[in-house]
Amino acid sequence: MAQSTRKKPVSKTVNAAVSARIAAQDHFRTLRLGTPFQPRIDALAKTQDWYNWAGYRAPHSLWDEELEYFAIRSQAALFDISPMTKYRIEGPDAEAFLDRVTLRDVTKLKPGRVHYTAWCDDEGFVLDDGTLFRLSPTRFRLCSQERHLPWLLDSAIGFDVTVEEETEAVAGLALQGPTSFAVLRDAGFASVERLKIFDLADFPHDGGTVGISRTGFTGDLGYELFVSADRALSLWDRLMAAGQLRGIRAIGYTALNRARLEAGLIVANADFTTAEHAIRADRLRMPDEIGLGFMIDLEKSHFNGRRAILDARAKRKLRHVLVGLEIEGNIPAEHAIVYHKKSQEVGLVSAAMWSPMAKRNIAIASLARPYGDTMVDDLWVEIYAMRELQYQKLMKRAKVVARPFIKLDRRTANPPADF
Amino acid sequence: MTSSETIVIGGGHNGLVAAAALAKTGRKVLVLEAESEVGGAARTEEFAPGFRVSSIAHLLNRLHPDVVKALELDMHGLQCARADFMPSVALSKDGPPLVLHGAYGEVLTGASPSEQAAWKELRAQLLRYAGILKPFLSRRPPDLAGMSLLETASFGQAALALKKLGKEDMRDFLRVLLMNVADLLDEQLADIRLKGLLAFDATLGSHLGPRSPTSLLGLYYRLAGETGGAAGAQIQPQGGMGAVVAAIRAAAEKAGVTVLTSTPVARIIVEKGRAVGVALDTGEVLRARTIVSAINPATTFLDLVGPRQIDTGFVRKVKNVRMKGDAAKLNLALDRPPQFSGVDAAGHKGRLVIAPSPDHVERAFNPSKYGEFSPEPVMEITLPSLADPSLAPSGACVLSAVVQYAPYALKEGWDAGKPKFLKAIMAQLEAYAPGIGKSVVHAELLTPDDIETRYRMPGGHWHHGELQADHMLISRPVSGWSGYDTPIEGLFLAGAGSHPGGGVSGAPGLNAARRIIAMKG
Repeated sequence: MAQSTRKKPVSKTVNAAVSARIAAQDHFRTLRLGTPFQPRIDALAKTQDWYNWAGYRAPHSLWDEELEYFAIRSQAALFDISPMTKYRIEGPDAEAFLDRVTLRDVTKLKPGRVHYTAWCDDEGFVLDDGTLFRLSPTRFRLCSQERHLPWLLDSAIGFDVTVEEETEAVAGLALQGPTSFAVLRDAGFASVERLKIFDLADFPHDGGTVGISRTGFTGDLGYELFVSADRALSLWDRLMAAGQLRGIRAIGYTALNRARLEAGLIVANADFTTAEHAIRADRLRMPDEIGLGFMIDLEKSHFNGRRAILDARAKRKLRHVLVGLEIEGNIPAEHAIVYHKKSQEVGLVSAAMWSPMAKRNIAIASLARPYGDTMVDDLWVEIYAMRELQYQKLMKRAKVVARPFIKLDRRTANPPADF
Repeated sequence: MTSSETIVIGGGHNGLVAAAALAKTGRKVLVLEAESEVGGAARTEEFAPGFRVSSIAHLLNRLHPDVVKALELDMHGLQCARADFMPSVALSKDGPPLVLHGAYGEVLTGASPSEQAAWKELRAQLLRYAGILKPFLSRRPPDLAGMSLLETASFGQAALALKKLGKEDMRDFLRVLLMNVADLLDEQLADIRLKGLLAFDATLGSHLGPRSPTSLLGLYYRLAGETGGAAGAQIQPQGGMGAVVAAIRAAAEKAGVTVLTSTPVARIIVEKGRAVGVALDTGEVLRARTIVSAINPATTFLDLVGPRQIDTGFVRKVKNVRMKGDAAKLNLALDRPPQFSGVDAAGHKGRLVIAPSPDHVERAFNPSKYGEFSPEPVMEITLPSLADPSLAPSGACVLSAVVQYAPYALKEGWDAGKPKFLKAIMAQLEAYAPGIGKSVVHAELLTPDDIETRYRMPGGHWHHGELQADHMLISRPVSGWSGYDTPIEGLFLAGAGSHPGGGVSGAPGLNAARRIIAMKG
């Protein structure tokens, strides 16, 4: 296209140079990148229901949202997590570096273990949450929703550490559900049963290795697998073949999103706005305001935001709280406004569903303190239920309840059960 | 391990001022100076047998009256009499020089009557506008997040002063505030010698040429300083700048301050977000309730505290403070006093400036942008031994010059560049004072590279951070932390890197001490 609109070239060398430049700029023709698993996913994508995950073409659903959700809870679900931002952090100071960047105490994270953590800017506002994999004493992988390379590189000043983005180089799969362990065992990953929750280990695959951790975003028994991009398809095929009789199914994000809500897990830029994305000053959130206060460890050495977080706690500057809600009835209260005494606006629901597992109408909401914190009575949500082109406004009682909304013993059982 | 109430790191003039002001409240204060002598870049040093000179700063033109008063410096030997005010001489190759007499040109000679009239008007305007900025350049910058009643009131006073100017003047003040100095001078003056001198003064000590936006601020900064109660006045203290520091040290010691020299600090010890002491190069640990760092802010945070104890955003800001100096210092030991063409005896005791026109200053600046020194540098020259014979052997003479532009990061490196730059400077001097080259007994040229090493000033920048609009007031040394306190509890900044900035003013030191006292630190 660009070729045809170009003026007549002056000479052949100029022509060649221009062609080379245009070829090098070809990226814009691919509006959404494919992941290393794309050939397999495309083949299964009956609904053609795509969304943009960090620049990648990712499925909302592949064939049926409901059945995909039940694949997580009753069988084994395979979800492509390759678009997740991944950083390789390596060096003698990697531990000290991550301890300074993130909230939780990284010195307590042993090699071969994973923890969920978050990180803040100087003002104590959450930049993102994510999982930190300790691959060796001096090598880590940090996975997150947003991109953070400039922040991580500037944080590395004064540390003997290298930080590299490996999102494209490393493909990731989440295998979740009751039969996930059996699938892995049948696929020949010997002694995978030894992995306890949050453990990780390398297993041979296709002449290389695959890193398998017993982690996930579903609150169910499950694993996450990381493999170099060139061995991605063989891994997919290996799992699909082994899982055929265990009901393995590829799924999209809608199903996963339901499972994560039941597990009470939050999503950056869905349940809270990350600090670098927030435009309005009152959208910034401290860890204590989104239920991540438990990560803050004042006994560990200095970490980003420590001063601001301590100050906010001491001066009672924490204005919000993130809570789990149980709402009467069975109509999902998605993005409903939360009221006190049916009249005073005190917050907003960020995720909601009727939970088939909990058999409850559940939600995650952000409330303005003291509501949701010390004032938990007389809370209501206003649900706009669309009934044949008319809204039916429902005022439903909401109760603050503990998260997770469901607790499955199989998630942590050792050895993992063979369903 | 010993314990002190307050430790001041750095015995430069600001460190000593802060120490003295704190000790006057009854605090036990210990000053730790890395070198064998206090004073930092404001010492008097022997650079050749029998020849002594002010190390870097060689003129006193902005020592803050509050500092003089609070420390009773007149009682400790500091004299700033009107008779000592030095004229500024704009040297000219092809004609008589132009001279600004008294406090920054109360009288102008060597110019046409119309130029004299124009200068009178411009001078009054410059001082009027500098007067508006003066309170901002002496007090602690306003704390936008939580302004106290007192701060709001003083802000109001400044607004009132602005209002008092009258509508036309106020509009003009706001119009010219961020202008470049060359354009303003072209509006009001005709004589390129006068314009050259003012263009030089506006850009001295910063990485700006006269045509760089905001360069006028540098002139306001200069004129916001006063000496002996007269704005813009300058003197050469008897005994050199070391005498000023000696007076401040005497005041500090009288207030009970203990000064330890040759005691470099290796590390500031931080425990749970609080500075609790310092570790010396020897490994010895000194604990204190309050640590005051009167050295460079980047050195303080990146080297002494270390990035591990501070937040990433703050490290970013500190790293972004521009501090690559452009000024070199030349010390010449001469076997006889030089004769600058057309300059009389009184003029030789003044400040002699080679900056023949704004264009010349701009052309001198241009190469520095690309890592090259000026082939025809601009400079301010003093001959301190003429007024104070104790500085040189009998019959001989000391020449002290601040020379621009000598970029810190010289492309060819200063090892190769320094002899060439010295040659360029000497060629300039020879043109204005024929025969001077033959009288040189010893020449010492300190490039920003040398200044960095010798005076522990990163980048060899005497302001410890560019003194430009983006590094002033609430953005000095970095935005969010301009009030002398720091993200580390119990650690304060008190050096020229903090507001209001460099030059021998003592204002950062005094303001820091006041802040510490207010915070009960």
